[in-house]
Amino acid sequence: MHGWVGKILRVDLTSGKISTAALDPALARDFIGARGLGTKFIYDEVDPKVDPLSPKNKLIFASGPMTGSFAPSAGRFDVVTKGPLTDTIAASNSGGTWGPELKFAGYDLLILEGKAAKPVYLWIQDDKVEIRDASHLWGKEVPETTDLLYAETADDAKVACIGPAGENLSLIAAIMNDRHRAAGRTGVGAVMGSKNLKAVAVRGTGAVTIADNKAFLAAVNRASTMLKEHPVSGTGLRLYGTDVLVNVMNSVGGLPTGNFQDGYFPTADKVGGETLAATLLQRPKGCFSCIISCGRVTKVTNPKYQGEGEGPEYETAWGFGPDCRIDDLDAVTKANYYCNELGLDTISMASTIACAMEMFQKGIIGPKDTGGLDLSFGNAEAMVEAVRLTGLGQGFGKKLQLGSWRLASLYGHPELSMTVKKQEMPAYDPRAVQGIGLHYATSNRGGCHVRGYTISAEVLGVPFKVDKDTTDGKPALVAAFQNLTAAIDSSGSCLFTSFGIGAPEYSELMTALTGFTYTAEDFLKAGERIYNLERMFNLKSGLTAKDDTLPARLLNEPLVTGASKGSVNHLAEMLPEYYGLRGWSAEGVPTGEKLSELALSA
Amino acid sequence: MSMMLMIHPDRCTGCHSCELACSYEHEGVFRPKASRIHVYTWERQGFSVPMMCQQCKDAPCTTVCMPKALTRNLANGQIDLDASKCIGCKMCVQACPFGNASWDFLGSKILKCDTCGGDPACARICPTHALEWVEDTIAAQSRKRAFATKLKNAFSED
Repeated sequence: MHGWVGKILRVDLTSGKISTAALDPALARDFIGARGLGTKFIYDEVDPKVDPLSPKNKLIFASGPMTGSFAPSAGRFDVVTKGPLTDTIAASNSGGTWGPELKFAGYDLLILEGKAAKPVYLWIQDDKVEIRDASHLWGKEVPETTDLLYAETADDAKVACIGPAGENLSLIAAIMNDRHRAAGRTGVGAVMGSKNLKAVAVRGTGAVTIADNKAFLAAVNRASTMLKEHPVSGTGLRLYGTDVLVNVMNSVGGLPTGNFQDGYFPTADKVGGETLAATLLQRPKGCFSCIISCGRVTKVTNPKYQGEGEGPEYETAWGFGPDCRIDDLDAVTKANYYCNELGLDTISMASTIACAMEMFQKGIIGPKDTGGLDLSFGNAEAMVEAVRLTGLGQGFGKKLQLGSWRLASLYGHPELSMTVKKQEMPAYDPRAVQGIGLHYATSNRGGCHVRGYTISAEVLGVPFKVDKDTTDGKPALVAAFQNLTAAIDSSGSCLFTSFGIGAPEYSELMTALTGFTYTAEDFLKAGERIYNLERMFNLKSGLTAKDDTLPARLLNEPLVTGASKGSVNHLAEMLPEYYGLRGWSAEGVPTGEKLSELALSA
Repeated sequence: MSMMLMIHPDRCTGCHSCELACSYEHEGVFRPKASRIHVYTWERQGFSVPMMCQQCKDAPCTTVCMPKALTRNLANGQIDLDASKCIGCKMCVQACPFGNASWDFLGSKILKCDTCGGDPACARICPTHALEWVEDTIAAQSRKRAFATKLKNAFSED
């Protein structure tokens, strides 16, 4: 095979059995890789009703055919499992160099099953795979774990690991790789922790091969040129990072503020990408084969929040910033460092603290509940301490680590949790931008922006501008973005490449790389197939159309200030049309006709 | 005058594109371990440095190469590797003070930068111009200028 390396590594942590199998080329063609192929294996092998933290759940690290190749910004992999935060299919995407290294070691997918009797880590050197004792690593933070593993494996090994949060089975725990990169969402870190698996270190000496060298290089050149010439992927993201969006979203009144009580924060600029670039930024950083380099290497010298690392990205700056009514960039960045070091998802962490702050504001919880922590909106010191406590599973952190839906439910106020399918929504207020609301409501892994980033069209005007306030045409827009994104994620390419290139370029790259002919329609069809398969898993796990909704606040409470003042989200106007366009019944179930069109079986 | 590969670590984002370009140029596949250039990253500081054969004037590798597979090319100032003469003794790997000659156990051969015959693929592909293929007489100019700019800023009003 070309593009794919053609092999699957399977490790049963209960028995210690290690085996490999050939990757079926037809399966690879239809489900591409990474998110798609990982989902196919979970769908076929895991009972959708399984307790996500039980040994019966599986954890799959999956690269795509483009991962490790020369395709622009193709350093991605997905962690696919049943997510403990959402009880849905979970696929969390990460960059860095870990995914390519798995390919160079000779594996498209790593499937982890069962549960080790005691803490272990996996050490993969090409064909040599060992399950090693990790009792000396248990309890250690991500940077120390990573350094210790370099020392006892190889200094050019790549490490993916969990921090204390994953060990404590925090439902918002991330899997960290290359120290600063995160497969952050849906609680995948807790699944790894539940298997007593601290880390996977990998070193590969093999190759990714190409079906048609000349055509592939031509396609890479074309795609790279388009990306370099596009203002967002060519210059914007490198100069200011994703955090440049703070001012953009604030100016349209769609920057969720104070746990989504409003959509405008007067001093948001203080945590924006321009401020970051002028103050804490040391240099931009790129993932494997990336020509965009949106990563932020930063350093905080303020003694109160001292540290160095990567971030913040936009979602992180928004969450620990405006959503908590905080405008102290040093504190926001420190909170980000804690998340990376302790292994937490920044979006869910931040939104959970914002939810706790609103409960504190309303007197639902007080200092007695928080262990004396003054969780008033705007209290930067308390926010940073709350992150630390959550990562370590101490004090009030024991409750925060459940995520906002379970936290708010514990105190009888689930309506204050800004979540969809129990996962915290990111930094775009659906009252100010209609389409993103429909996407949040229907995203297969709950509240999430990177499964159908309609902000691109609705706010940034890429690849074309649509009116953000109308619901007209949004169901089609959302479905198209969701399908394309599923295919891009599965290919191993970074979603940010879609600012500059589209389905014609991806399909050209895929065809030349793999030798299978993909037209733009084939590529999108594969995306649709993957999206429907994820949906089928969720329906079988017990979710229904009732779960395709938004927090009542976004449907009933108009924005108070800012450019979108007075708006609510009109989900009900969009959802039936969306189901129809998708070929789903009024109950949101894919019809037999749709499934056979996609070559899926019910 | 000859050409040289100038490294600017301050511009390197650690993306490893140069390794892919190099392994493709020489092997026709994407295999960083077969690359003649390697990027080392200090993760804590987020700092990366690309390393490749420096084409030394008085090269330790040529001194220890018994079959004279490694020789200095007087015409272009590069160190040439004649693979047909190489006996795989790996003395060059041990002699190079920079670690820039390496042994590829899969291909069973020595890997060393040959500047792609005078048009290095790594410098062509580097998205941030952290690698530049320049005349050795002006190689340091952009770095001098960058530092001089700091001095200028210290003295000038704007």
